[in-house]
Amino acid sequence: MMSGADDKTLATSSADEWTWLSRFTEARIALGRCGPGLPTSAHLAFQAAHAEARDAVLKPFDAAQFAAEVAARGWPALAVHSRAADRATYLQRPDAGRLLSPASEALLSEPRAPADIVLVVADGLSSRAVQVNALPVLDALMPLLAATGRRLSPVIVASQGRVALADHVGELFGASASIILIGERPGLSAADSLGLYLTWMPRRGRVDSERNCISNVRHGGLAPADAARQASDLIARMFQHQAAGVGLARLPQLPPPEEP
Amino acid sequence: MGFSHTLGGTTYRFVDLRTLLAKATPLRSGDVLAGLAAQDAAERVAARMALADLPLRHFLNEAVIPYESDEVTQLIVDQHDGHAFAPIASLTVGAFREWLLSDATDATMLTAVSPGLTPEMVAAVCKIMRLQDLVTVAAKCEVITRFRCTIGLKGTMSTRLQPNHPLDDPKGVAASILDGLMYGVGDATIGINPASDDVDTMMRLLDMIETLRLASHAPIQSCVLAHVTTALKAIERRAPVDLVFQSLAGTEAANRGFGITLTLLDEALSAAESLGRCPTGGNVMYFETGQGSELSSDGHCGVDQQTLEARCYAVARRYRPLLVNTVVGFIGPEYLYDGKQILRAGLEDHFCGKLLGLPMGCDVCYTNHAEADQDDMDALLTLLGVAGCTYIMGVPGADDIMLNYQSTSFHDALYVRKVLGKRAAPEFEAWLAATGISDAKGELQFEPARLMPALPLLEAE
Repeated sequence: MMSGADDKTLATSSADEWTWLSRFTEARIALGRCGPGLPTSAHLAFQAAHAEARDAVLKPFDAAQFAAEVAARGWPALAVHSRAADRATYLQRPDAGRLLSPASEALLSEPRAPADIVLVVADGLSSRAVQVNALPVLDALMPLLAATGRRLSPVIVASQGRVALADHVGELFGASASIILIGERPGLSAADSLGLYLTWMPRRGRVDSERNCISNVRHGGLAPADAARQASDLIARMFQHQAAGVGLARLPQLPPPEEP
Repeated sequence: MGFSHTLGGTTYRFVDLRTLLAKATPLRSGDVLAGLAAQDAAERVAARMALADLPLRHFLNEAVIPYESDEVTQLIVDQHDGHAFAPIASLTVGAFREWLLSDATDATMLTAVSPGLTPEMVAAVCKIMRLQDLVTVAAKCEVITRFRCTIGLKGTMSTRLQPNHPLDDPKGVAASILDGLMYGVGDATIGINPASDDVDTMMRLLDMIETLRLASHAPIQSCVLAHVTTALKAIERRAPVDLVFQSLAGTEAANRGFGITLTLLDEALSAAESLGRCPTGGNVMYFETGQGSELSSDGHCGVDQQTLEARCYAVARRYRPLLVNTVVGFIGPEYLYDGKQILRAGLEDHFCGKLLGLPMGCDVCYTNHAEADQDDMDALLTLLGVAGCTYIMGVPGADDIMLNYQSTSFHDALYVRKVLGKRAAPEFEAWLAATGISDAKGELQFEPARLMPALPLLEAE
């Protein structure tokens, strides 16, 4: 006897006969239907995309392990934690994610070599983005920054961190600039997008308009090497103009400084 | 002065009206973040009891944000209609809840009393109502607006077709519009959120929809949801602007964060009307709101987010908008943490908007960092349908690929119309039948040949 799954006479969903429209947009059009509902395949495909996004938000980030991977490449690294003790707190209290925990603040307050630029890697809203894309960005970025001769902080690897956590870190190092690599809020089409935020004179209380952002760094988006180049160019302009954010964007592009 | 209530041997004190309202409001993450929420469940219910005993008249004597420092408060006080207020002037908040629920109170009475209500009165009664109360009263309200379609008639539920594209590509947008029209979606408006807020992008998209409208004779009204100042520039250049859009907040400080003042909105309204595209007496403005936006722009002035949301509606009603919707779950879990908070907020906003006389819709939505999923959206969508929500969004597959959040889909609109027996606006329904997108009984046909008149939109330049 034939099983129901193979019995075409029992198939009750209908295709939308304008799938050719899909070449104009990535939007979920021409999905077909069964009654008012979605065909089972489209319905479950949506759940799969949402599951990936949820897992990217909720999977814990192992900062110590990531710091060890950074250190293994020869770059000093320190693992820290924000004041948000867990994910539920992090999601509801952005203020807690912008500050270092007392223990981490004490760790970074120990006597250290001063830095011109602080580098921070934080999980943000997608630990997966950091796991997949942060090391490729650092691989391209570190040599570019080292070549400027400016003093770099250790790579500060933060759990439950928001963008403004780099302000607190930068303040403790007395740095002129900060770069934070952070997981962006996952969408249904990409759960592993990394963002880079650059701030001049990072100090607690800076606002978003005082930062420059490089976004959508991922496979299929902005390539890590391109993101690193853009970040390094922005850093050069920030030191040239002593500014960042909306203020820097409004300034004309100056010719790059002379090679030594 | 202040308020107090004794519950279980403990006396709870509330120093002023804004504190009393904040402590009485149902738990939500945004009020906790702002440091305004009740300390525990007992304090919350004590505040509700104190609020229930408060005469509605008190709201005319104590502002939650001082009159002198806030133009939204000035608007609320100056627009208050004492004559309309008279029938309920002797009631407390608790008695007002019972008056609203009473079988003797019908749509005509609710419409008549509406100009006599301040948003704070409406927010207060909302805080002591259950979901079923919010549904019962909202379902009684009738708010009808008009452009090319008539929106809000009993038994209808309209849809905004939201065909966003990350690059604002007119062909990409057109493909989503055609898909939506085949599903019978778009009678509230075809409303595009542009990725870039500039006048050239806005005009390119408006021209595309205008071409579609004229070729298909569809009774649609379009909107590109750019900033009001961008729309003013487009109107200056005689672009085919149907609806002027703006996001609103409930305080002058937060509106400044949005780059708007009431004077600017006044200017926008008269500019939109000057184009003469809307039939006389029709409605040309479109507003979006959402709990938490004042806190997010540091302009909450110590007032809880649900009360501030109701104050947005006092701003909105000044402009007799065609459409208003709360974008309830878009703002994120630091304001509305999970499906439960989003569900309640969506029904609160719909209730408050309707009672204040607005054509209230809802973007039933969530982001991926909120504790919510499609099941939560189905619950809110269904309850809003029962409550007589004016319109919902229609986004292809519920997945907005530009704004990166999940809303309701064309299928969802079909679902809620089917299970609740709701229909589209009559002009739109007639057009669907005339074009053959639906049959004479209103059943959608899904016949691809009906797309043919729109094909020039997709041909190469």
